[in-house]
Amino acid sequence: MPATAADIRKKEKIIQRVFLIIAFSSLFSLFLIALFIFIEGFPMIMKVGLKDFLLSTRWSPTRGHYGIFAMIVSSFWVTIGALLFGGPLGLMCSIFLVEFASARWRAIIKPALELLAGIPSVVYGFLGVVYLVPLVRDYLGGPGLSLLTSCIILGIMILPTVISISVDALVAVPNSYREAAFSLGGTRWQTTYMVTVHAAKSGIITALVLGMGRAVGETMAVIMISGNALKIPTSILDPIRTMTSNIALEMGYASGMHRQALFATGIVLFFFVMALNTIATLFARRKAIK
Amino acid sequence: MAARLVKGALTFVCLIALAVGAQGCRKKKKSQKTGRGYTSIIIAGSTSVQPFAEKLAEMYMVKYPNVIINVQGGGSTAGIRSAQMGIANIGTSSRNLHPEEKGLFEIPIAYDGIAVIVNPKNPLKNLSSETLRAIYAGRILNWKQLGGVDHRITTITREEGSGTRGAFEELVMEKTEIDPGCIVEDSNGSVRELVSTDPYSIGYISLGLVNKQVKAIAIDGVFPSVQTIKERRYRFYRPFLFLTKKKPVGLTLHFICYVLSPEGQRILAKEGLIPVTIIHGESTLCQQQRQTSGKKKK
Repeated sequence: MPATAADIRKKEKIIQRVFLIIAFSSLFSLFLIALFIFIEGFPMIMKVGLKDFLLSTRWSPTRGHYGIFAMIVSSFWVTIGALLFGGPLGLMCSIFLVEFASARWRAIIKPALELLAGIPSVVYGFLGVVYLVPLVRDYLGGPGLSLLTSCIILGIMILPTVISISVDALVAVPNSYREAAFSLGGTRWQTTYMVTVHAAKSGIITALVLGMGRAVGETMAVIMISGNALKIPTSILDPIRTMTSNIALEMGYASGMHRQALFATGIVLFFFVMALNTIATLFARRKAIK
Repeated sequence: MAARLVKGALTFVCLIALAVGAQGCRKKKKSQKTGRGYTSIIIAGSTSVQPFAEKLAEMYMVKYPNVIINVQGGGSTAGIRSAQMGIANIGTSSRNLHPEEKGLFEIPIAYDGIAVIVNPKNPLKNLSSETLRAIYAGRILNWKQLGGVDHRITTITREEGSGTRGAFEELVMEKTEIDPGCIVEDSNGSVRELVSTDPYSIGYISLGLVNKQVKAIAIDGVFPSVQTIKERRYRFYRPFLFLTKKKPVGLTLHFICYVLSPEGQRILAKEGLIPVTIIHGESTLCQQQRQTSGKKKK
């Protein structure tokens, strides 16, 4: 019996449904993760008090102190620092790739960047400990395990994110913009920084913000190179402990309130990343409206 | 397009199958009997005990090839918890149990000294325990205060919950708190690595793990060694505990008795630990076991 149009439509519907469910599974796991973190961490925040949890610098779970302010500050600084290193570097690299590079250069650099993204973070951390930490210690002072070291390594780690998204933004700029600038007598560089980068601004900001999200979430490399001290850093050569490394460092040992406090740290981190992503989406949308 | 969708769906199904398969394997490992004549034990806990437990497991598996022993890390607190919950056959701890953790069957397998280490380039040879406490409390910050060069001390400690840190706090710090400005590393190995590269650092690790890269120093005039601990002169040592939920039986008991036997203890002594028999005498746990197994095994 040949399939009727109705049959085909029915099949189509079923397949649509199946894929809808599969698509929802990722949403569902996000929901579960959020739910789980909140169930585990929220009672602890209520017990300790939001102010004592967020604004106290004393973290000593075995003695009943659960202040994460020092870690929030450290996470903030390390993210800004990573952006200062990785942002300009990534932006310049993507400008080169889109505006100046010949096809041959592009064929070399692009795969190399993809490779950079594929290197496990523990390898970055290891290289940091073995090469960068002694360099910083010997030439700049301090213990070497420091905010500065973390910023440099994280700056390199966010490069693939920053570059790939800002390359997309630059490529999306219509060629007519460039042609118009050329016709007004602009050089290639003038065109790039006065026209193209301007037009791609929102996409580039999105790239930077998502890079920040990557930096704030990085854990393994940071544990290895940041020193994990529980103080608010007063110089870039001071050791720091970020929220993520705090969770990973003490997870294996934690029980009871301590464990809940780590989940509560996760809640703060969750809001941190959510805020960054919201900012990124807002900028991305502004571009779409334009 | 359709082909791509099908491919995606296939990948998805494969992934699920993989996940389910992995789950199945894990479940199997948990039980003692895995069929085909293989039997297995899971040991989990202290990262200080881990290398020694691995060594013992290795030797035991050479002797009894149809036994599989899984040794995992996780930390003393995790070891205690997994023994309580029955996740591991044997939990390990490198510190004494807190009062609220009691109720497990505790078997000390060896004692381990805690050595304070500095970089080999550091001329320091001896510290009083008060000075050591002052360094870790953040009251002494510069080597100059100890008669050394004018350079900040890099003080390295372990993370909260670590057995080595717990023992250090108990034995050295007493009631004083470790300064939050100390560098925190998450294993004996990384503390040693850091001290070996930073000439201005000080740290503490298991005596058994001290090697040529670092220099152990005397505390209160007593150099840490197996000998000085045996003589009860060096007082900074802690027990390595095997923990089981109930009195061990079967394969678990057999392995524990192997560890407590002269052969097992010899392995531990060779790795730099202090045999438990020196402090306790022979345990009664294994006497009966030895008689029965003497008949069966072989």
